[in-house]
Amino acid sequence: MSQTHADYRLSQLDQLEAESIHIFREVAAEFEKPVLMFSGGKDSIVMLRLAEKAFYPAKIPFPVLQVDTGYDFPEVLETRDNWVQRLGVRMIVASVEQAIADKVVVDDGKTSRNRLQIGTLLHAIEEEGFTAAFGGGRRDEEKARAKERVYSHRDDFGQWDPKNQRPELWSLYNGRIHGGEHMRIFPLSNWTELDIWHYLAQEQVEIPSIYFSHQRRVFQRDGMWLSESEFNPTKGNETVEERTVRFRTVGDLTLTGCVESEADTIERIIEEVAIATVTERGATRGDDRFSEAAMEDRKKEGYF
Amino acid sequence: MASNTETTEPTLEDLGVGQMDLLRFATAGSVDDGKSTLIGRLLLDSKAIFSDQLEAVEATSQSKGYDYTDLALLTDGLRSEREQGITIDVAYRYFATPRRKFIIADTPGHVQYTRNMVTGASTADLGLVLVDARQGLTEQSRRHAVILSLLRVPHMVLAVNKMDLVDYDQAVYDRISREFTAFATKLSIPDLEIIPISALKGDNVVTRSEHMPWYQGSSLMHHLENVHVASDRDLIDARLPVQYVVRPKSDEFHDYRGYAGQLAGGVLKPGDEVVVLPSGMTSKIAGIDLFDREITEAYPPMSVTVRLEDDVDVSRGDMIARVNNAPQASQDIDAMVCWMTNEPLHPRQKLAIKHTTRTGRALVKDIQYRLDINTLHRDQETKELGLNEIGRVQLRTTVPLLCDSYSKNRTTGSFILIDEATGVTVGGGMII
Repeated sequence: MSQTHADYRLSQLDQLEAESIHIFREVAAEFEKPVLMFSGGKDSIVMLRLAEKAFYPAKIPFPVLQVDTGYDFPEVLETRDNWVQRLGVRMIVASVEQAIADKVVVDDGKTSRNRLQIGTLLHAIEEEGFTAAFGGGRRDEEKARAKERVYSHRDDFGQWDPKNQRPELWSLYNGRIHGGEHMRIFPLSNWTELDIWHYLAQEQVEIPSIYFSHQRRVFQRDGMWLSESEFNPTKGNETVEERTVRFRTVGDLTLTGCVESEADTIERIIEEVAIATVTERGATRGDDRFSEAAMEDRKKEGYF
Repeated sequence: MASNTETTEPTLEDLGVGQMDLLRFATAGSVDDGKSTLIGRLLLDSKAIFSDQLEAVEATSQSKGYDYTDLALLTDGLRSEREQGITIDVAYRYFATPRRKFIIADTPGHVQYTRNMVTGASTADLGLVLVDARQGLTEQSRRHAVILSLLRVPHMVLAVNKMDLVDYDQAVYDRISREFTAFATKLSIPDLEIIPISALKGDNVVTRSEHMPWYQGSSLMHHLENVHVASDRDLIDARLPVQYVVRPKSDEFHDYRGYAGQLAGGVLKPGDEVVVLPSGMTSKIAGIDLFDREITEAYPPMSVTVRLEDDVDVSRGDMIARVNNAPQASQDIDAMVCWMTNEPLHPRQKLAIKHTTRTGRALVKDIQYRLDINTLHRDQETKELGLNEIGRVQLRTTVPLLCDSYSKNRTTGSFILIDEATGVTVGGGMII
């Protein structure tokens, strides 16, 4: 043979892509009613891109579900709509506002929208009878996630039991569930934040503009820069000023902080991520800061 | 847009996009071997640990009254583990150097967690076993080597740790090396490297140690970066387990019919004559699609969609292979099985089985022996397998499995067993 093994090398990004596409196809083949949880953030955009590739030239054979906190960034919703329209995929919006009105969840004024998403999401999954829900979670994000399976089992109450996880060997995924249970599927388990950016750079697909450096009116709270917004009134001596910032994650805008940055292209973002010294969650997500086990607790309740 | 006159825009190539390759490795060992310290050091030195993670660990160490930063806290993820101070599950860690990205499957070393180690080793290219230089080889380190060998992990590193505590003595290293090399001849370890290190002091972890001039080999990091894994893939025996049939039924792609799957072996090209199993129908490859692009060759581990020239019946669970080189289709399976649940496995038991993209049921016909993974002794007296035990099992399946031996192909040679009542994965099997 004239060709050697070196000619058949696949870059790590291509390997991750192949592994994730394999997962998407397994789920589409084995589950009755899958759904893709789509926030419009960079990880869920990568997810949608992978799903697009997995089934091309056919359309993605499942709908996308967005949990609308009511406090989402308009730029993110715009990108979400563009993607959904381009792919011709059905979108279901589960609204936290609606869930509050329907008394599915209780807004006591103290609970964050992020936490209210849990009940809203679980209600939507139950209502529609979804048996598998794709999430964009990555194991590099946080310690509790580092041990979560690609196929992560949820009981009748949507809860995760970290001590009772199924062994996951080779690339043989076990999708057996009983009625009322569902599976969370994490095709990006082995991706890191840097991989996500490398992939977005390689694919050149649309992402929300707020990931790039821009001028924004912000104020400081708990050491984070938060966006000025009608949903987020300033308190006490918090003062609004204009800064050059970008967002590293896009969640509930009352909790998601931005960082000062001049990175206005994906290339510059990659440079910045490569030398960042604080994890994206630690830097900009108020909801993960309260305790070292914050994520584990929310996951057990049924968080993404 | 900010103006940046003095800095030039980096290119994607400069930034390493699409340039790195991948190494998956499994580590085994207990806290005493210094495994967590070693992983903590690899992560720290490759800057994969962020300041907020380090601060959280420093704060926890302080509140526990330690006078040092316990790097093990970085890897003990679940609250119950932190409380007990042990690692009870497989944790995945990530770091990268400019050449390579690394995925670590970090597994606990104790015998009661054998199933976790089997899980971590199942996807690993390399296994890293730690021994304490003061104690030499223990039952535990031998067991780790046996599991890596059973799981056919192609590369192994034995890290002789805590060399600083034996005065960096070459004689200690030589003795452990000799003993382990002799033991390894009984196993299947195609590539073995034995590296003297001190995870705590950093000797031979990232850079070569000045304390051990007698050691001529590379540092652990250098070895991990350079170990040659590309040739571990089988490029001869073409195997495409069909996952999903792509049928757009749109105006643009009205007649499109593609068979999607991830290459498990070999190279497929348009024009190749292929056989579809189990039907045995033959056809030619009309084209291979990678998203919207037609490609000229597909090889593992690519996920592709293959189109055939003839309108043959192909569905999920089928396998596309070459006419003169196909896997065997068999309902009688001999395999080494690692049992993963409390209720023991016994003859006549019925289970669900998943092999590549095929699912069926399996009946346990016989348990031929239980392997003592400490001594390699084959115990033929016991007719059951308990939790964390490994043994040779004969199965009869309801559907033929399109399989190779595990030693030939880790994908077409492996399966999982599922309890039909609970739906839980209860065993992992390697076909002999």
